[in-house]
Amino acid sequence: MATRTFGEPVQRNIDDRLLTGQGHYIDDIDLPSVAHAAFLRSPFARAKITSIDVSAARAHPGVLGVFTCDNIGHIDQDLPLLIPHPCLVGPRTQRPLARGDVYYVGQTVAMVVAVDRYTAEDAVRLIEVDYDPLPVSVELEDAAADGANLVHEDVAGNVAAHFVQNSGDAAAAFARADHVTKITVRVERSTAAPMEGRAVCARWDRITEQLMVWDSTQAPISVRGGLASLFDIDEDRVRVVAPDVGGGFGQKVLFFYPEEVLVPMAAIQLDRPVKWIEDRTENFIGSTQERTQVHTIELAATKDGEVLGLRDFFLHDTGSFIPYGIAIAQVASTSIAGPYRIPNIEVEFKAIYTPTVPVTPYRGCGRPQACFAIERAMDKLAEELGLDRFEVRRRNFIAPDQFPWKREGLLFADGLAVCYDSGEYDTALSKAAEAIGLDRLDEMKADARARGKYLGLGLGFYVEGTGLGPYEGGHVRIHPITGKIYVNTGLSTQGQGHDTVFAQIAADQLGVDPSDVIVVEGDTGAFDWGVATFASRAAVVSGNAIHKAASKAREMVIEAAANMLEAAPGDIELAEGKARISGSDRAVTLAEVATATNPLRYAFNKAAQSATQFAPASKHDGPPLADGKAPGIEVTDYYSPPYSTWAYGCHAALVEVDPALCTVDIRQYVCVHDCGNMINPMIVEGQVIGGMAQGLGGALYEKVQYDQDGNPRNAGFMDFLMPYATEMPKVDIVHMETPSPLNPLGIKGVGEAGTIAVPATIISGIEDALKPLGAGHFHEAPVFPHMIFEKLGGADQAKAS
Amino acid sequence: MLNQPDRTATQGLADEDRIPVSVTVNGEAYERSVSPRLLLSDFLRHELRLTGTHVGCEHGVCGCCTIRLNGETARSCLTLAVQVDGCEIHTVESLGSKSALGPVQQAFKECHGLQCGYCTPGFLMVVTDYLENNADPDLTDAGIRTALSGNLCRCTGYQNIVAAVRRAHKIMHAG
Repeated sequence: MATRTFGEPVQRNIDDRLLTGQGHYIDDIDLPSVAHAAFLRSPFARAKITSIDVSAARAHPGVLGVFTCDNIGHIDQDLPLLIPHPCLVGPRTQRPLARGDVYYVGQTVAMVVAVDRYTAEDAVRLIEVDYDPLPVSVELEDAAADGANLVHEDVAGNVAAHFVQNSGDAAAAFARADHVTKITVRVERSTAAPMEGRAVCARWDRITEQLMVWDSTQAPISVRGGLASLFDIDEDRVRVVAPDVGGGFGQKVLFFYPEEVLVPMAAIQLDRPVKWIEDRTENFIGSTQERTQVHTIELAATKDGEVLGLRDFFLHDTGSFIPYGIAIAQVASTSIAGPYRIPNIEVEFKAIYTPTVPVTPYRGCGRPQACFAIERAMDKLAEELGLDRFEVRRRNFIAPDQFPWKREGLLFADGLAVCYDSGEYDTALSKAAEAIGLDRLDEMKADARARGKYLGLGLGFYVEGTGLGPYEGGHVRIHPITGKIYVNTGLSTQGQGHDTVFAQIAADQLGVDPSDVIVVEGDTGAFDWGVATFASRAAVVSGNAIHKAASKAREMVIEAAANMLEAAPGDIELAEGKARISGSDRAVTLAEVATATNPLRYAFNKAAQSATQFAPASKHDGPPLADGKAPGIEVTDYYSPPYSTWAYGCHAALVEVDPALCTVDIRQYVCVHDCGNMINPMIVEGQVIGGMAQGLGGALYEKVQYDQDGNPRNAGFMDFLMPYATEMPKVDIVHMETPSPLNPLGIKGVGEAGTIAVPATIISGIEDALKPLGAGHFHEAPVFPHMIFEKLGGADQAKAS
Repeated sequence: MLNQPDRTATQGLADEDRIPVSVTVNGEAYERSVSPRLLLSDFLRHELRLTGTHVGCEHGVCGCCTIRLNGETARSCLTLAVQVDGCEIHTVESLGSKSALGPVQQAFKECHGLQCGYCTPGFLMVVTDYLENNADPDLTDAGIRTALSGNLCRCTGYQNIVAAVRRAHKIMHAG
C-alpha cells in the first residue's frame, strides 16, 4: 500500500522557490512599459473638499494621467456592500476617489499614473486640494455618545448597525441566579501589517478585450466577479491572479479597495499596463484594521459557579465605512459564550462609525475580543465565588457526549446555526495545567518574589468556528505526459502552505509523492468557482473538495488500470505513481493510464501510440469515447459545509512582572489546541505559533493610535510596535485531535487559532501576578507598562516606595 | 499631516544628470547609470532584476531588504544606488539554487522557518552573516533571538526560525 502522508510533517513544495529569491510577488512581475500609480490621500479625518487643482501634476514630465472623481466615469460610485445584513441601519461604503467629502486620514482623493513610481509621487505632491475640516469624535465611546460629531451626516448617532440575538431566556436565568458578575472590557485596534503590502497590476488587451489583473488578494475569484460587474464585461474576459502573496491575515480579503478598481481602470483608459505597490505608510492609513470593541458582559451563576445565563452588550468600531457588513461583530457575538454550556444568552451590539480607517476582519475577526470578554469574566466569577479558575471552567464545559451543542437562536457569520460539532474541553484544560506545571506554581511564585518579581498564571480558553461556507471546489487531473497530478482550487494562499497540504490530500488518494502534485490556486484562469481564503476555511473547505475529487479520480484510475492489466478492480493498488496488481510486478504508470483513457488520433509520443485508433487496445464496439465518459483522468468536485466546524484550545502562561520597571516577561507559554485531524502537524504548528505572535501583539504591544483630530500617530514600523524574535516567547504546543464529524477528512480550521486566546491568557497572568500588590483587575488589551504603573499606584506610589 | 518620504528629484532624468555606478553583485560586475535618488533596493530589483530582495517598509525597520554590502549586512532600502559604487554586494540569489540549496536555506526548509516567504530573504542574509562572521556564534535561544532582532516576520512567530539557525550551524559544520 502507498504510504499515507496525511498526518505527516511533509516539507513544503513551495519553499525551494521562496528560499532562492524566485518567488513572484506582484512587484516582481516584469511587464514591458508598465506605468506606476501613486495616490493623494486625505490629510484630514473629516473634511469637505472645496477645490482640487491637478493642472501642475498633469503638466509634470513623465505623468501619463491624473484622476479625480470627475474623470473616472461610472467607476465614481459607492463600492459594493459585500455582506448585506438586515440589521445594517446605515450602511455606507466609500467611493474609489473622494467626492466632496473625506472620511478618514488616508482616504484616496486622486491618483497619478506616471512612467515610474518616483515621478508619480512627485506629481502627487503637485496636486492642490483645499479642505474645510469638520469636527470629529474619534474614540469609539465618544462617537457613540449623544451629540457626537457625525461621520456620515445622514447616519444618526453614528450607528451603522444594531443587532440583538437571543438563545434561551437570559432574563429568566438572571432572575433565578445566586450571583451576577459584571465586567467591562476593552480591546484596542490593531492592524494585520502583512510584510508585503497590498499590490495591484493590470493589463488591458484591446485586441482580445481581455483584462488581466494581478492582485495581492485573498479573494481573486470575487475580485474578478466584481471587476467584470463594474466594467460590465463578461467574467471570462477578466482573469485575476493572486500570485505569491506576502501575508494577508484578513486585510487582503476586502474587495474592493479603491486601488483594486482604479488601477485596472487606468490600464484600460491609458491602454498601458499599470502597477501600484502599497508602501508601508499607505498600509497603515489605507488598508483596513480591526479590533476595537468595548464589551459589558454579565454572567448569572449559581453559588457553585454554574453559569446559567450571559448578557453582553458591546460597541464595535467599524471605522468610517462598513463594506464587510457586521461580520466581525457577528462572530464576536456568537463566540461570546466560549466553550461553556451557558444555555441562556442575550447579546446585543452596535456597530459605530468613527472617522478612521475602515474596519474589516483581521486574523481572529471578533473572536479575540469575545474570548477576552468571557475569559476575563470567568476569572472574575471565580474570584467572586471563591472558586478555583480551573474548577469554575470545568463546571461549565460542554462535555464530550453533549455534542453537537447547538446555540438555538444564534446565527454565525455564514448565516447558519451556531452548532459546536466536537471537542474534549476538559481534557484540554487538564493538559494545559499539566504542561504549565500547575503543581509547582507556588514554588515558582516564591522564586520570583525572591528576585523582586511577581509571577502569575495566565489562562485562556477559546473556541473558533472555522471552515465557513458557502463552498469551494477541487479539480484533479493526471497529466498524461509526466504522470504528475495537477490540483486546482479557487481560493488563494498567503503563505499558509496550502500547496503542500492539498498535495498530501491528493497524493494519498492517488498513490504518489506529494512533491509530484502540482497545486495551482489563486488563478481564475485555472479554476474559477469558489469564494476566498478567510475564516480558517481553506483546509476544511477546499481540502475536502480536493479529497472528494481525488477519491473519484482514484476510482477512475483503478477501473482503467484494471482494464489495461486485465485484473479485477479490487486487486489494483496505487503506489509510487503506478497502478499495479497486488502482490505482483504487473503495473501501469499513472501517465499511461491518463494517456490510455484519452482516445487519440495522433501518436505524439511512444505512450500515445497505445491510445490511437489502430492500437489493439482501442478495439471496441461503440464510439471511442463511450457515452457519458470524459477523456483522461480528470475530476471536479465541490465541498459545501453544513455549518462551521468548531476548533478550540487552551493557553496557559507563567507571566512575570517587574514592579519597578512595569515590564512583562513570559517565562513559559503552553498552547493546547485541537483542530481535528491534522493533515500536516508541521504546518499546523507554524500556523498556531505564527498566530500567537499576532496575539502577543494584541496583548502587550500593538495599538493603532489616533489623536483627537483623527490623525494616525504611529503609522509606521518605527512607532507601531510588533513582536520581534526577542519579544516572542518559546511556545510549547500540545496537540489534540478530535475529528470533526462534519467533513470526510475530519478536519477543522487552524489559521486563526493561535491569535485568539493570547491577550486573555497573558493579561490574566499579569493580573494574577500583581494580586499580592493589590493592583486590581486588568480588563483592557493590550496592557502597556504605563498601565501597570498606574495600577500599582502611579507616581505617588513610586515616590513613596 | 503625515510625513511622507521626500523624493524631490525625478527618476526620469536626462542622461547628463545620471551618475555612473560600477558594482559587483553576486560575483557579477554591473555598470549602470542611475538617478542620484534611486534606492539600492529599487536598483537591485528593477534595474538588475534581482527580485529576491524584498521591500517591506522603506524605512529600515523590517529588514526584508537586507543584503550584504562588502560582507556586512545592510538595509538596501536605506541605501542609495550611487553609494555602492565600487562595492561588492550579495543578495539572497547568491545563497544557493532550487536544485542546490545553501545550508541556511536548507535549514529554513527543514525547520519550516518560512511561510509567506516575503521576509525570508532578509532573514537568510542576516543568519548567513551571523553564522559566517562569528567563529563561535551564540546558539542559545536568547543569543539567536538577539541576532534576529532586526528583522520582522509576521507569519512564523520566529520559533522555527530560531530552530533553523541552529540547524544551519550544524549543516555548515557537518564536515
